[in-house]
Amino acid sequence: MSDTATKAKPVTILQAINSAIADAMAADDKVVVLGEDVADPEDGGVVGVTKGLSTRFGDERVRSTPIAEQAIVGAAIGASLVGYKPVAEIMLMNFTTVAMDMIVNHAAKLRFMSGGQTHVPIVIRTMTGTGFSSGGQHCDYLEAWFAHTAGMKVVAPSNPADAYGLMRAAIDDPDPVLYIENLPAYWTPGEAPEPGHVVPLGKAKVVKEGSDVTIVSYSRVLGEVLGAVEAMEAAGVSAEIIDLRTISPWDKEAVFASVAKTGRCLITHEAVTQFGVGAEIAATLQSEFFGKLKVPVARLGAPYAPVPFSKPLEDAFAPTAARIAEAAIALTK
Amino acid sequence: MTSNHVADGATQLAIYRRAALLKANDERSRKVIMNGRLVMPYYSYRGQEIIPSAMAEALTDDDYWVTIYRGIHDMLAKGMPLNDLWAEVAGRVDGTCKGKGGPMHLTYPKKGIMVTTGIVGSSMPIANGIGWGSQMSGNNRVTVATFGDGASNIGAFHESLNLAGVWKLPVIFLCQNNLYGEHTSYEKATSVARIADRGAAYNIPGVRVNGNDPIEMYAAAREAVERARAGEGPTLIEAMTFRFYGHVFGDSDAYMDKEQKKAAIEADPVPIFRARLIAEGIASEDELAAMEAAIEAEIDAAVEFALASPFPELDELIKDVYAEGAVA
Repeated sequence: MSDTATKAKPVTILQAINSAIADAMAADDKVVVLGEDVADPEDGGVVGVTKGLSTRFGDERVRSTPIAEQAIVGAAIGASLVGYKPVAEIMLMNFTTVAMDMIVNHAAKLRFMSGGQTHVPIVIRTMTGTGFSSGGQHCDYLEAWFAHTAGMKVVAPSNPADAYGLMRAAIDDPDPVLYIENLPAYWTPGEAPEPGHVVPLGKAKVVKEGSDVTIVSYSRVLGEVLGAVEAMEAAGVSAEIIDLRTISPWDKEAVFASVAKTGRCLITHEAVTQFGVGAEIAATLQSEFFGKLKVPVARLGAPYAPVPFSKPLEDAFAPTAARIAEAAIALTK
Repeated sequence: MTSNHVADGATQLAIYRRAALLKANDERSRKVIMNGRLVMPYYSYRGQEIIPSAMAEALTDDDYWVTIYRGIHDMLAKGMPLNDLWAEVAGRVDGTCKGKGGPMHLTYPKKGIMVTTGIVGSSMPIANGIGWGSQMSGNNRVTVATFGDGASNIGAFHESLNLAGVWKLPVIFLCQNNLYGEHTSYEKATSVARIADRGAAYNIPGVRVNGNDPIEMYAAAREAVERARAGEGPTLIEAMTFRFYGHVFGDSDAYMDKEQKKAAIEADPVPIFRARLIAEGIASEDELAAMEAAIEAEIDAAVEFALASPFPELDELIKDVYAEGAVA
């Protein structure tokens, strides 16, 4: 977070998400929170993202639930149909798998199937990410599944200000939004957002301008991309870095503008490469820029394997600054 | 069951009016499909008419209902207009969902019909959320979740009853036990003799009633509604009934017990109710015949309205995916 860590009072991503939900609850009494352990008697979440909310806004609006993900998402959907704006926590992204019927068959489709008579303005917060040796069922990046589901929106912030602004936008969005939080990055400090700061969904951010290669990323790996800048510059490679922020709908305009300038693109994310978000972006770019690209679009994700436990294996799983620099430099040679 | 909620003559007549509508609508639906005038996946509810007819009589227009693919009887009982229903099942633009939902996803919030799901068990988690909304807003509305006996074996049922029990939600879990889950008999798929007994596992009252008996069904519905409105929490009602036809229109129903089916059809609850209304002097033959003729005329008009309605324009394909339309 080299560009944002210089302010006097930095906040962490965790604090920014907490503030965003609190500010949204203060602004609109229809905003409610539910999920496993989210209320203060249960510590305000397993890592404390919702700490203080039940004390401030009451047990009615902030409810700890049984460990029952279908029931959690179902309750959020139902409440949203009658005017509420629920923020549901599914503790870990792998646990969304046991609520897929509610998310994919219901939340995503009710607007369409009802001919627009109903809609589902919910946020599903979920955390994930490698780094804490939690093995194969606690840290997958499954964003492509949701991005592949018409009716869902998917966001994944990389820094506190965006975390705040995307949460405010997601809560006020009239459609279901999956909001992906990275566990190891929760404590990453960054510039504090202004209260009420909104990052519109579907808008990427050019984090660093450059001329030789466009690097598209999101969530924690964006930080790895920033960490690769020095090595790339040492190799004489000027990278333009785009933080997608919203995975679906993705900001084609911003990515197209950059690739039109650089003629090269690397997409990097923590999810496995095959059938991933990078594949969609690469296919789109290759249609749009066929004949104009200097090299084929490249993707750098995780190998096609479950997340491993053993530390050296886990360290080798997700893209690192060094591997990103190597891949980007290779595109220019 | 309690005797506190005896349906008087007017109530019984109102229940019968619904039941006659549902029966006539099912008969017409099968006929229209057979004649080739409509193509749709159709899940006949014939034989189950009394349950929603009595349940709806215990509700107001403001109360909510979440139903399932075999749920057109629930929707009609709750007040979905025939034109909106028929145009929808015909896939026409005048349908309640502009033809984009079809018979398994009918929705009509104006009468509290919030979701119709094609997924077994999924009515219940969503009904809880609607009930939670009522609890938070204090609007005193009740939510009914319909499901079948088969759905009592899926996880969503158990998660939902537990949460509703813990949160004391104003939700009525209305199991229409028609003795078959798709092609498999109740006994073969269900570990308990009575689904109502599963309420005890979640500390909520579970009652089994004869769902084909309007008096018994109405009393159970009233009691559950009163409990919910009083903030006393959910009720599980297991309403016993029988599905006269196969799982989906067109299946051979060879898997159904022939004797059991024959006996159930002989005990068709709608004509039995009708005969009793006349025998007890609640209505005359002429009154009921006139009522039924009026229903047939309404259905005639709705079918013609539906078939005359245009199909949706192709741009509807990408509308209503998101509030702002589609995402290219």
